[in-house]
Amino acid sequence: MIAFNKYYNKFNILSITLVVISLLFLVFKGLNFGIDFKGGTLIELRSTESKISISSLRDSLNQMDLGDISVKNFGNNTDFLIKFENSNNKNVIEEIKNNLEDSFGNSFNFRRVENVGPKVSAELLKSGIIAISVALALMLIYIWIRFEWQFSLGAILALFHDVIVTLGLFSLLGLEINLSIIAAVLTIVGYSMNDTVVIFDRVRENLRKYSDIKIFELTNISINETLSRTLITSITTLLALLSIFFFGGEILKGFSLAMIFGVVFGTYSSIYIANTVLVRLNVSQKTVLREED
Amino acid sequence: MLYFSKLRIIFISLISLFFIFFASSNIIKFSNELLNKKINLGLDLQGGSYLLLEIDNTPVIEQKLQNLTITVRNYFKEKNIRINNIKLIDQKILFSVEEQFKQTIIDVFTDEDSDLNPYYSRFKSHQLNIIEEKDSFIINYSKQGLIELKTSSQDQALEIVRRRIDEIGTNEPNILKRGNDRILVELPGLDDPMRIKSLLGKTANLTFRFVTNNSDDSFGAEKLKYEDNEEEAMVSKRIILSGDNLLDAQPRMNNETNETVVSFILDRVGAKRFGKATSTGIGKQLAIVLDGKIISAPVIRDTIASGSGQISGGFTFQSATDLALLLRSGALPAPLNIIEERTVGPDLGQDSINAGMIALAIGFLLVILFIFIKYKMFGLITNVTLIMNLFILVGVLTIFEATLTLPGIAGIILTVGMAVDANVLIFERIKEELKNEKNNLIAFDSGYAKSRTAILDANITTLLAAVILFFMGSGPIKGFSLTLGVGIFTTLFSVYFIARLLTVLYVSKNKEKEGLIK
Repeated sequence: MIAFNKYYNKFNILSITLVVISLLFLVFKGLNFGIDFKGGTLIELRSTESKISISSLRDSLNQMDLGDISVKNFGNNTDFLIKFENSNNKNVIEEIKNNLEDSFGNSFNFRRVENVGPKVSAELLKSGIIAISVALALMLIYIWIRFEWQFSLGAILALFHDVIVTLGLFSLLGLEINLSIIAAVLTIVGYSMNDTVVIFDRVRENLRKYSDIKIFELTNISINETLSRTLITSITTLLALLSIFFFGGEILKGFSLAMIFGVVFGTYSSIYIANTVLVRLNVSQKTVLREED
Repeated sequence: MLYFSKLRIIFISLISLFFIFFASSNIIKFSNELLNKKINLGLDLQGGSYLLLEIDNTPVIEQKLQNLTITVRNYFKEKNIRINNIKLIDQKILFSVEEQFKQTIIDVFTDEDSDLNPYYSRFKSHQLNIIEEKDSFIINYSKQGLIELKTSSQDQALEIVRRRIDEIGTNEPNILKRGNDRILVELPGLDDPMRIKSLLGKTANLTFRFVTNNSDDSFGAEKLKYEDNEEEAMVSKRIILSGDNLLDAQPRMNNETNETVVSFILDRVGAKRFGKATSTGIGKQLAIVLDGKIISAPVIRDTIASGSGQISGGFTFQSATDLALLLRSGALPAPLNIIEERTVGPDLGQDSINAGMIALAIGFLLVILFIFIKYKMFGLITNVTLIMNLFILVGVLTIFEATLTLPGIAGIILTVGMAVDANVLIFERIKEELKNEKNNLIAFDSGYAKSRTAILDANITTLLAAVILFFMGSGPIKGFSLTLGVGIFTTLFSVYFIARLLTVLYVSKNKEKEGLIK
């Protein structure tokens, strides 16, 4: 049996630190919102010639007065991703096509064009925030119906931890937040809850079984009993996600990366946050039996 | 109970075969209409354009209120009430009357049978609000009035958008209302949306009006620019003909001038008016105005009574074709703005399909390998279940002809990774049970029973997340929530029926064997 409970305090301090650092990053550095939430235009280009460099592409586009423009390689050195703030010009794509044709000849293939107006991006951001809030609220209600309040608190704190730290990591690394990241965060919420609930289920079962074991020991027993399940599920989920990350193409990279972070944090938090809340609230057999009457 | 009746076994096999059959119909073509179902590919996989259009109702509202000012003035004039200082500011009509008429005005506007102000009894609301402020009245659209106006202009716009898109002939466009002032257009397989965008961006409001030198034309006049240069001309506000009078319009080559023109045919009313205007106006310039710009303003040389004519204006063949198309399909009630556009080229779509399939195959292999190494015989059972699960999931999506997107494929891969969870929960539980229980059958039975709540809890939480995503998300993300959500149900089915059946068969053959699961 692994003595997980020996590190409860240390990992609690670590988690609090991580959450605080993440919040600081979120407040002061903020998130790198993509065009879904900020509005603007995104163009994915593939050049048929390998000689075209980012700087020459940028120079050519800079003549066009598109405002703040970002040009990056996308996956390999013949694919480019161009992003700029919304210009009011309706024919901007056509003009960019002409401009690139003038500078480089007919060597570009416009693989993807996305244009999100300011009104739509504001709506998407709002509905994204609502979606995450509703998800958290539903989870709270669900766990509240299924378990005693001490358990609910533990599970919800674990959830907030996972969401905040994942977003904090995105802020730290400057990774883009778009619609698929919202999907990832919601799935993380589901996954983290799932992990926590399985352990809690065991904790409750053991609480009923053993009246003489203190919660500090009891959580440790429960974690160990469910440990191989926790690990196997995390591993198979991570195998699937790593496969998406490495082979699923550039578009799914951000999504799978967010999910990978989320699964790792989710597994960690179900062990080290959800359970320590039970310990700190001094949950005992009485807690679960009273509810039964 | 670790027992499956023959009937149940047959039932499970039939259901599985049913879904596998439909899953295979994505590859094999069936001649039967009912059986030949396919998963739809989302725009991100097959390539195409997603356009969200917003109707700018401001001009419509202003036009209607402008007309109303005239109606109001005339209406009360008949009743010998003088309307003073009537003007239109900020989508509000302001006017004043003498003190003794104030009550009459209010009565007219608040009467449920009012001619001026329609009453929607269903919503218990008038079209217009009237507010008395000091000496004057303010009239504006009520909330319900605005909704009615927007809905009606949305209906009209939808029809025109559909006609224009049908004229271009893209395959299976999807044109839907969104809210009360938006239209969603999905154009699968469209490589370059440039032309459609420019066609949808034009109101195509065509009018024939005389050029006038006299600025005190009784209808009023306005200065308009030419389409192709910066020149301006004074044009009367009196409309001789509008696009509504056109029966047909086609691009033509004028053999005399060697120029591309748009020839048009007028309806009866239009032909009559056109004939009259061209007979009285010989020598005058007739301006052809499209969306507030003059295309051309030819001098009338002869009376045109045939009811047909030509518009010239330095067209290329493409621009003449587009103008003819716009004129045939009619004018939009209000300008449309494209507020969101997402276009994926067909080769990126194909690349995404390939990448998604490779990721699915590799993810699947890794998971299967890991589970087999971990659980051996029971790993094999889990893996068979996993394969069946994948088929059933694809089968369900096929039956409902669901739309598969790239995030949707990610959802399938994720389902593969997470589907193992239920079996793992059961097997781990059985292992624990076997520590105290020597009878394999009892241990397996209680393993299944005791893991049930945990499995249900775990799946409900994921399902909640998927349901929220389904209702909040759009396009590709909806596809993700769909595969994730459906995947939960197929997983539970495969685990509790298929995997359990296989487990039962294996365990009942090895009742006495020790260390059955490690």
